[in-house]
Amino acid sequence: MELKGFDKNIAIDQEEILRPKMVTVEIAGKKYEVPEGVTVIKALWYSGQDVIRGVGCLGGYCGACATYYRTKDDPKVRTCLACSMAVEDGMSFTMVPPFPARKAIYQMSELKDPKQDMFNLYPEAPLCRNCNACTEACPQGIDVRDGVWRAVFGDFKKVSEMFMDCVMCGLCTPVCIADIAPNLVALYASRAQGAFFSEKPQRLHDRIDEIAQGKYQSEWDRVLGMDEQQLKDVCAAIK
Amino acid sequence: MQLQSLQDLVHKTRDTRRAQALPKFPPGERDALIKKYHPDYRENAYRPITFGPNAGEKTVRELAALLEGDSPVSADADLTPAYSTDVLVVGGGGAGCAAALHAHAHGAKVLLATKLRLGDSNTVMAQGGIQIAITNEDSPVQHFLDTLKGGHMKNDHQLLKTMVEEGPSIARWLLELGVLFDRDADGNLHVKKGGGSSRPRLLTCSDYTGLEIMRVLKDEVLNQKIQLLEFSAAVELLSDGQGNCTGAILQDLDNKRYLVVAAKTVILATGGIGRLHIQGFPTSNHYGATGDALPMSYRLGAKLLQIDTFQYHPTGAVYPEQLIGALVTEGIRSEGGHLVNAKGERFVNELDTRDVVSSSIIRECEEGRGVRTTTGRLGVWLDTPLLDVESGSGTLDKHFPAMVRQYKRYGLDITKDPVLIYPTLHYQNGGVQIDVNGESGVRNLFVAGEASGGLHGRNRLMGNSLLDLMVYGKRSGSTAAERVKSMTHGKLTLEHLTRFRSEAKKHAGSLAAHSPMLFPDYVRKEG
Repeated sequence: MELKGFDKNIAIDQEEILRPKMVTVEIAGKKYEVPEGVTVIKALWYSGQDVIRGVGCLGGYCGACATYYRTKDDPKVRTCLACSMAVEDGMSFTMVPPFPARKAIYQMSELKDPKQDMFNLYPEAPLCRNCNACTEACPQGIDVRDGVWRAVFGDFKKVSEMFMDCVMCGLCTPVCIADIAPNLVALYASRAQGAFFSEKPQRLHDRIDEIAQGKYQSEWDRVLGMDEQQLKDVCAAIK
Repeated sequence: MQLQSLQDLVHKTRDTRRAQALPKFPPGERDALIKKYHPDYRENAYRPITFGPNAGEKTVRELAALLEGDSPVSADADLTPAYSTDVLVVGGGGAGCAAALHAHAHGAKVLLATKLRLGDSNTVMAQGGIQIAITNEDSPVQHFLDTLKGGHMKNDHQLLKTMVEEGPSIARWLLELGVLFDRDADGNLHVKKGGGSSRPRLLTCSDYTGLEIMRVLKDEVLNQKIQLLEFSAAVELLSDGQGNCTGAILQDLDNKRYLVVAAKTVILATGGIGRLHIQGFPTSNHYGATGDALPMSYRLGAKLLQIDTFQYHPTGAVYPEQLIGALVTEGIRSEGGHLVNAKGERFVNELDTRDVVSSSIIRECEEGRGVRTTTGRLGVWLDTPLLDVESGSGTLDKHFPAMVRQYKRYGLDITKDPVLIYPTLHYQNGGVQIDVNGESGVRNLFVAGEASGGLHGRNRLMGNSLLDLMVYGKRSGSTAAERVKSMTHGKLTLEHLTRFRSEAKKHAGSLAAHSPMLFPDYVRKEG
């Protein structure tokens, strides 16, 4: 990068950040030296591991890189997304393989009473024993246990709001002692909320009708009939 | 300087900047800015393609090498099919899922193959929203004109008209599947204003629009029991020797074996190209964004369009180092966030098109008004706390939870302090040339989504990509499914490959690398 007119007054040069430092981490039980502060995924690559299963969007959205980790001297095993977690000295981690949770198969348009149908599709949902392990496992900080109960009690709206952050990493599923897949229950409830319990957006339907009835045809004819310069002028005038 | 003292200047200048109205650049100035600073105009990053359908045209060196690259498959490969299907969809992102669902709904037998998992894509990361003209003040024609202006008048009119007109019915389809768009108090869909658009037109699901759409489409693909092959990358297409596409060869990434798929039609929905790190830029793209459709369709004879133009999203994170390239959503600017240089000044109308805003950021940095990070990168400030100042405390938390969370992981609070950003490689503006049904120049080969070209011209507007995926996923899927009803499977040959190789031979020095690339190589090999 060219640094014309580079000025020290506009550079971050905090000592503690500048110093390149290596740290020791333990990946699936084996020790490696990796640069401090890189993401868990980058630490895996740095250690020479070719990760394909377990890498997805690299942006914290796809949930492919669910990982268990523990920091130095702390007995607590925590969860994270490997693309969005910085390594530190003494950290141990291992990626979590996909868990074979059961997803209910359903035809959205054939559901009659979605709040009741849930008990057929996910009969285990009401068996939650309140251990709260799912909530503790969620790397997105969702109150998963509460969400499962709300789904059971039919508050699909609240569930859909609570789980908008859900990246479907599935870390809530292996910890469930009642074999519930909370993320899948929540996805069902959210979809049902959208498809069955949300207001009809009138303006959208009006627009679809207008297009079908050819309301914009004359405007299309006018615009598409313009030569290049006329069209350019029209576009240039757009505020 | 300490990070905090540099940030303080942004806090100090906030009130002055709030009072300031910054007009967009007049056309002449805007063009000059782009020509001087936009990476698309760095001549030494480009070279002509030496052979094939686009011979003589220029593209970035990274892509030229892939287009001239050799297939990993040998010409005498065993072509006994492992699978036989009506429609083969390659890619499991937004376009692929939409194509598969619509083809399935039209009664076709569909096989969806994807390199990573179903849903691992750029779609899942789209934060800004989907542009659909639904308000009374807006119209599909206005959407068309805005997009045309943003694309520097180079958009294909028919592709664009088709997209904007089908937008509203796409929104209805997504709503029926259970996608939760943000609403106004009266139940209508809430619209936000996006960069380069003259009307508020973005439908959103907070700042998780792509995630919400992808979650639902993925679930629906499973509900429809569409046959799925994950971790299976397409590496070559098959033809009948008469110019028609008849299938593809996949590679099972676990055991590396090739799987031949006989398909009456193939839909490539493999997404963009960010992981080629063109010109050394960091990227916002997902791990598999290596432009696989381009070399595969090129070898089969499909013409590519506008492959000399890429979108560098203005606001990629440059600090901390762990977030390099990650997107800071355009929504922050839509809601009034300022871009501020190291001197505490604004330098561009933040709602101008992405190419203009990116070029202006690069200009600030190259002319010494950028902030330098500890790793030597340059960036400018995005004044995020301004949103809470303007619209009340809690605005960022409420409207940009993903963004707040992303930074919180590294101990940075974007509700309190501004963040450093620099353009990041975001989108492939061009791609495989298609018609309004998504069909390429090769019969029975369809291309949908970012892999295709023409629709966005030389610069894509925010929110038009999600719509592109849904509309052309739908059109290619439906068209392919209808066509197969009166078709039989074609011969499976690699004749096109033999032809391609002999043409390549005439141009010594090419065929150095294999393509498609499938993944970037980030694994450290030595000391």
